[in-house]
Order: sequence, then structure tokens, then C-alpha cells
Amino acid sequence: MSVNAEKLHPKPPRKIKHYFTAIILVVLLWRSAVLTDSSIGELISGLPNMLDLLKEMFPPNWGYFDNIIDAMLETIRMALVGTTFGAILAVPIALLCASNITQSRWLHYPVRMLLNLIRTIPDLLLASIFVAIFGLGALPGIFALTVFSLGLIAKLTYESLETIEQGPLEAMTSVGANKTQRIMFGVIPQVQAHFMSYVLYAFEINVRAAAVLGLVGAGGIGHYYEVTLGFLEYDKTCTIILFTLAVVLIIDYVSTKLREKLI
Amino acid sequence: MIELRNVSKTYLNGTKGLNNINLTIPAGEFVAIVGLSGAGKSTLLRSINRLHDISEGDILINGQSITKAKGSQLRMIRRNIGMIFQSFNLVKRTTVLRNVLAGRVGYHSTIRTIIGKFPQKDIDLAFESLDRVNIAEKAYTRADQLSGGQQQRVAIARVLAQEAQIILADEPVASLDPLTTKQVMDDLKKINMELGITTIVNLHFIDLAREYATRIIGLRAGEVVFDGPVSEATDEKFAEIYGRPIHQDELLGEPVSGGM
Amino acid sequence: MSKSWNTLVPKPRKNRFRWLIYVALAAVYIWAFSGVPFNGFKETAGIITKAIFAGIFSPDWAFVYLPDGEDLLRGLLETLAISILGTFISTFICIPFAFWAAVNMSKGKAISGSGKLILSFIRTFPEIIMALLFIKAVGPGSFAGVLALGLHSVGMLGKLFADEIENIDNGPLEALISSGASRMQVLWFAVVPQVLPGFLSYTLYRFEINVRSATILGVIGAGGIGTPLIFALSSRNWDRVGIILLGIIAMITIIDLISGMIRKKLV
Repeated sequence: MSVNAEKLHPKPPRKIKHYFTAIILVVLLWRSAVLTDSSIGELISGLPNMLDLLKEMFPPNWGYFDNIIDAMLETIRMALVGTTFGAILAVPIALLCASNITQSRWLHYPVRMLLNLIRTIPDLLLASIFVAIFGLGALPGIFALTVFSLGLIAKLTYESLETIEQGPLEAMTSVGANKTQRIMFGVIPQVQAHFMSYVLYAFEINVRAAAVLGLVGAGGIGHYYEVTLGFLEYDKTCTIILFTLAVVLIIDYVSTKLREKLI
Repeated sequence: MIELRNVSKTYLNGTKGLNNINLTIPAGEFVAIVGLSGAGKSTLLRSINRLHDISEGDILINGQSITKAKGSQLRMIRRNIGMIFQSFNLVKRTTVLRNVLAGRVGYHSTIRTIIGKFPQKDIDLAFESLDRVNIAEKAYTRADQLSGGQQQRVAIARVLAQEAQIILADEPVASLDPLTTKQVMDDLKKINMELGITTIVNLHFIDLAREYATRIIGLRAGEVVFDGPVSEATDEKFAEIYGRPIHQDELLGEPVSGGM
Repeated sequence: MSKSWNTLVPKPRKNRFRWLIYVALAAVYIWAFSGVPFNGFKETAGIITKAIFAGIFSPDWAFVYLPDGEDLLRGLLETLAISILGTFISTFICIPFAFWAAVNMSKGKAISGSGKLILSFIRTFPEIIMALLFIKAVGPGSFAGVLALGLHSVGMLGKLFADEIENIDNGPLEALISSGASRMQVLWFAVVPQVLPGFLSYTLYRFEINVRSATILGVIGAGGIGTPLIFALSSRNWDRVGIILLGIIAMITIIDLISGMIRKKLV
């Protein structure tokens, strides 16, 4: 009787894989906690410090606004210029990376690898390196943002390029167009809306990034964080944070509205 | 005039797409190519303007070999051949006018076309072409806002703007409803008769082929199994081309009145 | 001939607004570019760039492993640990937020709207600043970094999770509700199985980003490889800069690869 029952019931799938994964996860977490000296205890003991901090931050020092307006404008400038240069440079790179436009593997593979390399380095690190090269100021910040935007926009664009319809390209070939004309009439019209959307997205990210690049001396409002924290003037820090937040939210809102219109 | 001499195409896995095709199509004819799916109709058509390359043989357009042509020579030959597709292949996000002007691209230098300023002569030609297919009023509409039939007419207008002497149509009506099908086929026939443009159409509706073409070429497994005037294309002959009797879905069915 | 076409088919007049937008854009750009401080490159710029490249190509291999600690491997491992823990914490914290913000999990847009607002706030708050604040609270070191990453990731992860929840198929939910299941049971049996693969995939995606962020945290003292990098940069130790950069690139590339493979298996 039980033999028949066994034949009717399929065996449940082995759970070994799940247990294995769970064990690995636990080990990873435990080792990580040890390495970083993290513990709930420390968190709890640190809590009163955090509350003190918050108390000192509020109310924010509204008078401080005047000091940082120029820096905020510089931040927005940096983001604007950096995104623009990055977008311009991204166009040829994206075209080179797309396997349906640059058929030669010898070209599009290496360019993609180079792109991935650029995208691996976080923006603040790039900024630190550029500060070491070019000194303090907004210029290294702009360079860092340009490189970062280039990586971001080029990747999104070439992925878009690879999903375009081949039909219009075929039509252009049949009409007797050369490669450039095919790209102009068959490719670009299909991706230009997406491209603009990516540029706006990069701009959103860059405004956030530009706001902190000053921490490493690359211009913008970030520098003032160091100043105010160093002097323990937390209410001024709060002003900076709120101001940055406001600017970012406005730009995000406008940018999202524009992007919706594009797609 | 189009000549195909001993044309064969073998794919990488060994299958023969086209097998030793010999055809001569004089200027001004309206030819319908019929056959089952996979018989090689599309391959044949696309070999004529070299969207597909052939493995053996030669194809001559007005005496010039397109098989051997390269670079700008190839493009000039292509300029003279217009093609319309089953999926219309318009650039959806641009206007009808710009789509038609794209047909003029082969006549200008690269720099000129990048800037995008077509001469007034071209713009007039584009409008005339749109007018010929009765869709001039939609010139500034975005292509994806048009119906299927309208998009195909824009595609025809583009071919006209090319000032091509040959039109290749790859299943141009397969995605259209019967009424629009008739309109598009009427347009093609009208252009063929009024402007003397050689027209080669891939069709799988048999009654359409008989209605509009002057000559029918039947393909089966990459070979020409029938080549003759419409009068000779009886149902029995079609059954031979297809290797089986005709099915109901191979007839468009609608009574096509006011035939040419 | 041309005149007649223009009257027959009028060219649509472009919106008056367009003109205004172009002018405004041009003005903005002129302002932006005029503010760029282009004092000409310092003469040292070229020299330093060359030095950095030299450092990359002849890196300080000795720094990879030093027996007494404070070496590349340890720094990278610390960075990795910060990101692992931070991502893990944020995954837990963000789940209730995600359900709060999802439109289909509550009656009335006010509730989900407020949830989305909070997530937006957290996302907009720069994580570096969070790290600075946490340093003030729990002292410098990796723990501050973990907390900062953990909290900041909630912003993006919460939004992605909420999107995933909003995209589920209602069918299984209806089936369960009609069979008399309680709210909790509906969640567990109908919602969770649908969103789990997406959640895991997004978690891994956020992990990839966090590894990059964690490398930066050291720059301001929140632990990880960033600290040795800043030291090396300020002391002009280009060989060390080289090896650290190479190490960072290698680590991120490997993590991206592994994470990508796992994510492919999930979808």
C-alpha cells in the first residue's frame, strides 16, 4: 500500500541548494559585520549622539543662504557643462559600441570594454584624481562629471541603438544611401528622443553629484560641508542640505516632466 | 531591363535559397512572383537590389552588373530601384514629407543630406509624388499616426521621389485589409502604366496576381517552375507551382471591380 | 510651382513657445560656460597625468598584501564588507516602506503618495552627507559607512520594490481573497512569490552600485579603500595610487560579473 503511495507522489525537489545559499549568506554577513566593527550595541550607544546632532541641526540657519547661493549656482553650472560635454562625446562612442552599426568586432568590443572601464570608477574618485592633476576648483569637477556622463549616456544610448527597427535602415539601403546617410535618416530619428531623455537623466544625477564634489575640492557647494562640519556649525550644515534638496527636487521635477514629453 | 543569369544562392547551412535562375524582365512590365512561403520569393526580390548577396551568377540592371558593383556605383544603381516592404519601413517618428525626401538621399552629397536642407526642386518632387498617391495633405503628419494603407502609400511616394525606373514590392499588401489592398495595388498599377516603371511584386494572393500583373513567375524551392502571361496561369498551373491544390486563404476573395 | 504647394499644404506653424525655450536655453548655456574658470592648465597638469599613468602601469605591487594590515586586499575586503552589510540592512528596512509606497497596497493615493515622498527624500539626500553625519554619531570608521549606505539605499531600493509591487498580476490576489484568505495570507501567498525574483534582482543591482559608493566613503573617513587612496594621492605616491585604482577596477568588474550572472538566473 505504501509502495503504491510512494509511486504516486513525486519526490520534492532537493533543498540542498537553498540551504547552501542560506549558509553562504549568513557567513558573508557575519564576516562583514566583524570586519566593519558593526554591531547593534554600537548603534544603540551611538543613538544619543545622533539625536544631539539632529537637535543642533534644527532649526537651520536661514541667514546662511546668502553665503552659499554663489556656490549653488556654481554647482548647477558644473552639472550643466559636464553633462553637455559628456553627451556630445557620447554620440560617437555609442555609435561605435552598437553592434548593429559598427559590425566589426575588432572595433565595438574594445570600445565597449573601454566604456565599462570608465564606468567602473565612481565620480568622487575621478574628481579626487582630477583635483590632483588640475588643482582645486570647478574645472576638475567638470571633467569628472563629463567622464561620468559620457559613460552613463553612451551605455544607455548604445543599448537603445541595438534595439531599433531594422526596417527603416533596409529602406535607406535600398534607396542607395551610404553609411552616414543611413545613420542620419534611419538610425538617429529612431533614437533621438531616447537620447535626450538619457541626457536629462544624466543631468539629474550630475546635479546631485556636483553638490558633493566640493568635498574633495572640485568646486561647488560641497566645500561648505567641510567648513560647517569642521566648525561644528551644524545648523549651517542643515541649511546646505535643505538648499541642495530643494534644488535637486525642482530639477528632478522639471526633468521628469520633460522626459515624459519625449517618450 | 533586368536580367538574371544563372543566379543561385546557397546559405551557410547548405540549403539552396535560389537555384539557377534565369530571367529577363523588359522595361515596363508588371510582374507578379508567386509561390509558397519559403519558396524564395523574398530572396529573389532582394537579390535584385542586392539587399541579399548571391552565391553564383550575375544580375544586370540595364546592362550594368549590380553583383560586381561597389561603393558609389552600387549606390547609384540602387538609386534607380525603389523598394516597398511588407512592414512599410518608414521612420515612424519623422514626418511623411521627410520620409519621402529620404528617397532623394542618393542624389546628394553626404554633407548636404546631414544638414538636411533639400533643394526646393526635391521638395516639389516629394509633394508631387505624395499627390500621385493622394496623400499630399498628410505631408507634415508623423508617420506613425497614419494607417497601414496610408503608410504604404507614403512608401510608394518615396519610391516615386527616387525617380526610380524599377519598383520592387515585397509582399506590399500582406498586412493590409482587402479594401486598402485594392487601393495600393491600383496605385502600383497606375504608376506602372502611366510612368512605364517596371514593377515586380511578391504576392501570395493568387487572384490579385491574376488581376494586376501582365506576367506571372512561379517559384518553388528556389527554382522557376512557371514563367508566362497571366492567361496561361490557370488553377492547375498554380497547383503545380504550389505542389498542391490552391487553398481558400490564398484567394483574396473580394470581387475586384473596375479591373484594369 | 513651389508657391502652390505651400498654399495647398500649409506647413504647421511651430509653437510660439519653442522660440522662447530656445532663447532661454541659449541664455542658460551662455551663463554656464562663461562661469567656467578656465585659467589654462597648470604646467604641472601634464606632468601629473603622466605620473598617474606611469603609476598605473608600474603599480606598487607590494601594497597588495602587507603582513601588518593596512594593505590593498584588506582595504578592498573592508569596502566589500561595508557594501554587503549596508545592502542587507537596507533590504530589510525598505520592505515596509515599499509596501507603504505601492499604490495597490493601500486604499487612497494619500497613503502611497506620502510613502513615495519619504522614499524620494531619502533618495535625494546625498549618501556622503549621511556618512558624514553618521561619523559624527558613531565615530569614524566602517560602521558609519554601513549605516549611511544602508539608509541611503532604502531610497532607491524602496522605489524599485514599490514599482515591482505595483506591477504584479492581480489574478492570484483575487483568487485568494475570494477563497477567504486574510490580508496577511494574501500577501504571503500571492504577492511575495510574484515579487521575490524582482526584489532579489534589484537588491543585487543596488549592491553593485553600493560597492562603488563604498569605495568613495573612505575618502571622507567612513572606512574602506577610499582612505588609503586619498593618502596616496596627497602624498603623491603615484605607484600606490595606481595599484589601488587597479584593485578597485578589478573588484568592481568581478562583482559586476558575478552579480550579473546571478541576476540572469533569477529572471
